[in-house]
Amino acid sequence: MRDFSFIDFNLLLFAARWTILLSLIAFFGGGLVGALVATLRVSRSPVLRRIAQIYILVLQGTPLLMQIFLAYFGLALLGVDLPAAVSATIALTTYASAFFAEIWRGTIEAIPRPQWEGSSSLGLTRTEQLRYVIVPQAMRIALAPTVGFAVQIVKNTSLTAIIGFTELARASQLINNATFQPFLVFGCAAAIYFAMCFPLSVLSRKLERRLHVGRAGLARQ
Amino acid sequence: MSVVQVSHVNKSFGHVPVLKDVSFTVERGNVVVLIGRSGSGKSTMLRCLNGLETIQAGEIKVADFVVSAPDVDLRNLRQEVGIVFQHYNLFPHLTVEKNVTLALTVVKKMKQPEARAIAEKVLNQVGLLEKINDYPEQLSGGQQQRVAIARSLAVSPKVMLFDEVTSALDPELKEEVLRVIESLAEDGMTMILVTHEMNFARHVADRVIFMHGGRVHEEGAPKDLFENPATPELRQFITSTRD
Amino acid sequence: MNYTFQFDLNAQDWAMLFNGALRTMLYSFAGMIIGLLIGIAGATWRNSRIRLLRSIAAIYVEFVRNTPLLIQIFLIFFGLPSIGIRLSADQAAVIALTFNFGAYATEIVRAGIEAVPRSQIEAGQSLGLTWFENFYHVVLFPALERVYPALVSQFTLLMLGSSIVSAIGANELTSAANSVQSRNFRSFEVYAIATLMYLCLTLGFRSLFWGAAQFLFPNRRAVGVAATGAR
Repeated sequence: MRDFSFIDFNLLLFAARWTILLSLIAFFGGGLVGALVATLRVSRSPVLRRIAQIYILVLQGTPLLMQIFLAYFGLALLGVDLPAAVSATIALTTYASAFFAEIWRGTIEAIPRPQWEGSSSLGLTRTEQLRYVIVPQAMRIALAPTVGFAVQIVKNTSLTAIIGFTELARASQLINNATFQPFLVFGCAAAIYFAMCFPLSVLSRKLERRLHVGRAGLARQ
Repeated sequence: MSVVQVSHVNKSFGHVPVLKDVSFTVERGNVVVLIGRSGSGKSTMLRCLNGLETIQAGEIKVADFVVSAPDVDLRNLRQEVGIVFQHYNLFPHLTVEKNVTLALTVVKKMKQPEARAIAEKVLNQVGLLEKINDYPEQLSGGQQQRVAIARSLAVSPKVMLFDEVTSALDPELKEEVLRVIESLAEDGMTMILVTHEMNFARHVADRVIFMHGGRVHEEGAPKDLFENPATPELRQFITSTRD
Repeated sequence: MNYTFQFDLNAQDWAMLFNGALRTMLYSFAGMIIGLLIGIAGATWRNSRIRLLRSIAAIYVEFVRNTPLLIQIFLIFFGLPSIGIRLSADQAAVIALTFNFGAYATEIVRAGIEAVPRSQIEAGQSLGLTWFENFYHVVLFPALERVYPALVSQFTLLMLGSSIVSAIGANELTSAANSVQSRNFRSFEVYAIATLMYLCLTLGFRSLFWGAAQFLFPNRRAVGVAATGAR
C-alpha cells in the first residue's frame, strides 16, 4: 500500500486521454450515424420512419451498460475478436447516434410549418427543402442540446471501466486499490471529469441563452 | 375617520419617478375612481395601498395599518384590503371553491365547512354559486373576474381595490362585472377603482381623481370633473376617451 | 457462425432475473421520490436570497451534472467507510441514485417554478399568504405539472442508469444477469433477455406515469393557459 502522489495523479491524466479519445470518436461517429437516422426519422416513407423509431426506442430504452455487454459478447459470437475497448466504442457510438437522432428530429420538427410551405411553394423537393431551408435553421437550434449531450458522452465513457478498459474511471479504481485513499483518488478523478465537462456545460447554456435572446429579438419585430 | 390616507407619497422605479407628492383620503363607504393615461401612475398607486409596491417617501395608512412602515404586518393588512387584478389571476389548478376558500383556510385558519359556507355566500353575491365546483378554465372571462371579486370578498375586507378589472374583457362581458361592483358600492363597501370605463365612473364614483405624470392633477365630484374640466390635460383626456 | 442461440434458462435463473428487475424498480422509485423532495428543496435554495443556500445548491447541481454516476457511486461506497460510515452495496446504490437524481430534479423543478407567472404569486401574496403558504398552494403544483414530462424522462434515465450499481455488487437486474451468465455461459442470451426486460420496464413506466398524470392532474390544460388573461 502506498500513498497517493503526483505520480498517481499523472496516471489519472494519462488515462483521461483515453476518455477524451473515446468521447471524440463517439461524438463524431455518433453524429454521422445520428444524422442519417434523423433523416430516416423524418422521411416520407412510413417504413423508414418506423425503422428509425424502433432503433431510437431500443437504444434509448435500454441501459448503455447492457448495450456494451451485448456488443462485446455479440461480436465475439460472430467470430469478430475485438478488444473490449473497441466493442465499447461501437456501443457508445450507436447509443450517441440514437440520442442525436432524437435531438435533431426535435429541432427539425420545431421549424414552423410556414417554412415548409414557403419553400415547397417555390418548387423545392423535400430533400432540397431539408437541405437549403429546414436543416440550416434547425442546426442553429440544435447547437445547444448537441453540446449538452457531449457532456453525457464524456460521462458515459466511464462505463467502459466495467468491462475492464483502463480509462479514467478504471484507472482511479486501480489506484484506489493500491492506495486506499478513496476520497482523494476518486475526488481527483471527479475533478478531471469536471474539468472536461463543465466548460461544455457552460458553453451549452450560453448557446441556449443566445438562441432565446435572438429569437425574442426576432419576435419583437 | 378616513379608511385610506395617502400623504405626500413619492415613488420611483429605479431612477424613473412614477408618483410625485401624491395625497388623498378616502372615507368609509366612499367610492373613489382614479383615472388617467397609461403611465400616469394610477395602477402603481393602487398597488402601493396593499403593499405590493413600496414607496420612497410619504405615508400610507389603510384601515389602521401604516402600510408605508417597514415593519408593517402585511399578512393582516391584506385581510383588510382586497385587490382584484386586470387579469383575474385565479389559480388554475384549484376549483372555484378552493380559489375562494384558500385565504380563509390557510390564513384565517378556518375549518373547511365554515369556509365553504362563506364561499357560498360570496359566490351567491356575485351570481356564480352554481359554478362552485368548476375550474377557472371552464368559465368565461367575465365569470372568472367575478370569482376573483368573490375571492377577495371572502375575507371581509374593509377596502376593495380594483385595478382595471374590465380592461381585459370582451365588451359583452364587462357588464356583468360592472354590475357586481355597483352592487358592492350600494352595500357600502369602501372602494378605490382604476378604470377606463368613464360612464361607469361617472355613475358610481363619489369622487374622481385624475392623475397625470405621477401627480394628482384634478380631484372632485364626477359631475364637476367630467362636465367642467379645469385643466387642458383633463379636457384632452376626456375627449380622447369619449367613444 | 457456428453458434446456436440457447435461450433456455431454468426456473432458478428466471427467478433471479425477475427478482433483480424488482429491485431495480425499488431502487429507482426510492431514488425518484426522495430525489424529488431534494429537488424541490434544492430548487428553492437555488433561487434563494441567501447567498449560502444559493451556492450550496449550485455546487451540488454542477458537481453531479459534470461527473459520472460511476465516480459518484465509488465516492459513496468506498469513500464513506473511510470516515466511519459503513454501507452495504445496496445502501450505497440507493444513496448514490438519490443523490444523482436530486441534482437533476433541482434543475427541472427550478425551471417549473420560474415558469409560474409573477401575477399568480402576487395574487397569493395579496391574499395574505406567507412565502411558504404561497409556495405550497400556488406555485408548487402548477410548477410540477408543467415539468412533469421532463421529470418522467429523467426518471427513465435514472432507472436505466441504475444498471451501473452492479459495478459495486449491488443486487439488481444487471448484477442478476451477470450472475446467471457466469453460471451457464450463455452471456449473449442472458444479457439479451435482461435488455428486453429493461425495455419492458421503460415502456411499462411510460404507461404508468401517463396514467398517473391523468389521475394527479385531472384538469391538465389548466396550468399556464386558462384562468389568467395574461401569461
